[in-house]
Amino acid sequence: MKTSCLAMILAGGQGSRLGVLTKKIAKPAVPFGGKYRIIDFPLSNCANSGIHRVGVLTQYRPLELHNYLGNGSAWDLDRKDGGVFILPPYAREKGADWYRGTADAIYQNLNFIEAADPAYVLVLSGDHIYTMDYSWMLDAHKQNKAEATIGVIEVPWTEAPRFGIMNMDTAGRIVDFEEKPKKPKSNFASMGIYVFTTSFLQRYLEADAKNSHSSHDFGKDIIPRMLADKARLFAYSFEGYWKDVGTIESLWQANMDLLQDKPPFEMDGEWRIHSSNLSLPPHYMGPEARVTSSLVNEGSVILGEVENSVIFPGVRIARTARVHNSVVMPFTMIGEGTLVEHAIVAQNCIIAGGAQVIGKPGAIKVVPEGETVSAAANNQQAG
Amino acid sequence: MKSVMGLVNLQKKDTLIKELTENRPIASIPFAGRYRIIDFALSSMVNSGIGNVGVLLPEKSRSVLDHLRSGKDWDLARHHDGLCYLPPPITDDGTQPGNLKNCYYNLDFINHSTEKYILLANGSVIYNMDFSNVLRFHQNTNADITMVYNVASRDDPGAGVVLETAENGLVTDIALKPAIREDEKVSMCVYLMTRQVFIDLVRDAFEHGGCDFLLDAVMRQTKDYAIYGYAHDGYVARITSTISYYQASMDVLEPEIWEELFLRRASVYTKIKDRAPVQYKETARVTNSLVANGCIVRGEVDHSILFRGVEIEKGVKVKNSIIMQCCVLQQNALAENVICDKNVVITRDKWLKGAPNYPLIVGKNIVI
Repeated sequence: MKTSCLAMILAGGQGSRLGVLTKKIAKPAVPFGGKYRIIDFPLSNCANSGIHRVGVLTQYRPLELHNYLGNGSAWDLDRKDGGVFILPPYAREKGADWYRGTADAIYQNLNFIEAADPAYVLVLSGDHIYTMDYSWMLDAHKQNKAEATIGVIEVPWTEAPRFGIMNMDTAGRIVDFEEKPKKPKSNFASMGIYVFTTSFLQRYLEADAKNSHSSHDFGKDIIPRMLADKARLFAYSFEGYWKDVGTIESLWQANMDLLQDKPPFEMDGEWRIHSSNLSLPPHYMGPEARVTSSLVNEGSVILGEVENSVIFPGVRIARTARVHNSVVMPFTMIGEGTLVEHAIVAQNCIIAGGAQVIGKPGAIKVVPEGETVSAAANNQQAG
Repeated sequence: MKSVMGLVNLQKKDTLIKELTENRPIASIPFAGRYRIIDFALSSMVNSGIGNVGVLLPEKSRSVLDHLRSGKDWDLARHHDGLCYLPPPITDDGTQPGNLKNCYYNLDFINHSTEKYILLANGSVIYNMDFSNVLRFHQNTNADITMVYNVASRDDPGAGVVLETAENGLVTDIALKPAIREDEKVSMCVYLMTRQVFIDLVRDAFEHGGCDFLLDAVMRQTKDYAIYGYAHDGYVARITSTISYYQASMDVLEPEIWEELFLRRASVYTKIKDRAPVQYKETARVTNSLVANGCIVRGEVDHSILFRGVEIEKGVKVKNSIIMQCCVLQQNALAENVICDKNVVITRDKWLKGAPNYPLIVGKNIVI
């Protein structure tokens, strides 16, 4: 059967602005929300939208990401017809190329797209937190008889200069696109979500690949080229929570957003976000535990105080430890008499008894994967 | 352990726990926040390297099938071997009730398996153990049948099978007792023997009018077979009554036992529901408890177990209670010494109290 829509998730980015958090893993594999990894969001959105053939393009530090994706069964994407396809760069008879940009990554996998022969290709990035039904966007694309449809979201005017801004006519047709404009003409930002009619995309990717001056990027090269050719580009306006978690601050903030009394989106309802599960028991709350305004996952032992924080699986928080406004990633141990505040503590860390990890809003403290922080280290820093 | 096949028997007398077994066998009673009791026997088998498991279904089998499905969550969805359901035979003559009949009518499956040994376990016992030690013991003692037991750590009002063993482990007496005393050697309903011995025992006993595997097949043959007892020294709970279920549930609130049962050895697998982490809101106050994913907590919970997807609203007090999947406790409700089966709603301001040695049980889907 002909696949009507194929999704391609760009998951090869390093995410260098996440600093030490992406030293060992690719950005889409960064843990989020007490349970998930960032890539769970586009993957679950695909599965929930009825898109069952998904290519994941990987490049930077792919081991953990590949391992996490497995055969796609966590997202019910282990299928006879379709499923998850992991697409790293590969060698050809004339040599090997890395993916030189988002457009080049798709170009190098045109053979994969041709084999599936979809009518439409959905291009997604693996670094945003949001829940969205792509089938509505696909419907809009068909209704508009568009050649490309770009997902957009309204952002505050003051922030518009940080984004790629779309200007549309009243019918939603894109007339103009500006990358990070100083004086934006609208406040509709591109979400990095594109639906293309396959043959149309193919044509532009092939032309772009031949252009040695191109940086092979969708936002910088392909979309402006399409607009210059007066192609039928439409915007699809998304209303809801959407967060780019490209920086330490925004990653921390997106985690904190989940702690509101009414979270900005439901992780657990009909549009469930799926993730690869460890087999761990329900978490244990000790006799003196005090946990408020927080998320806590399976396998953790909480004996101390947790406030306004996100606790991943297998975390141990000792008696008299205090964790405030922080994110604690899987299997980290937090010892007695510690204080962790405005921090992101990565996987498998040890915060030894009496140690302190203190950041502040705007300067979130990060403890990299596998580190041990001792009380002595604090004294040294202080001295 | 490639030479061992597993059989899980889900038939067990449930008259002392009937409130929780109206629609399900004991083996599929929810336990410890996200498991069902069968998960322990099945996970121990899988973790011991057994890859061919037959499940002897009871008559009330819907909940078991819904829970185990393809066996994928236990890594038992395989092209070869894996999980096999063995349904009870449909006979309307009402003769020979008991688990032996189910074994007998499924001997075909056992005949066609290639493993040398068979490990028979019951789905109503909670433990996390490595059966490969049992196999080694079985081979070293040259036993015909090995029975696994543990030494009871306290009196237990439920019935059980008590063994007496010689110093070398040879079983000298097997007795079915109405209640268990502390320090007695109690069978964990786990038997290891060669497939041939199993087939002979079942065929012989059933064809001579037997009903029960232990009473009619094993106990009548003690003279012809060398039966040895293997002592398991980890945590064990036999779920035979409401009291023993409640007690075992409170046991897993001891961090030591929680740790031993779930984390120290191998994982215990269960059906994955993929729920979000627990949301503790500003007014939550939770101590001494196990809380499973998908819960939203705004009230006070002490010394209790909350299963997946439970909602505890503001002003609610829960103490010494077991609240199963998707229950809702509305504002200012109170539950003390209570077991709520799945999907129970306790509406605003309603107070429910049981006694510490006699918990109040609220049946599935009831709104109070």
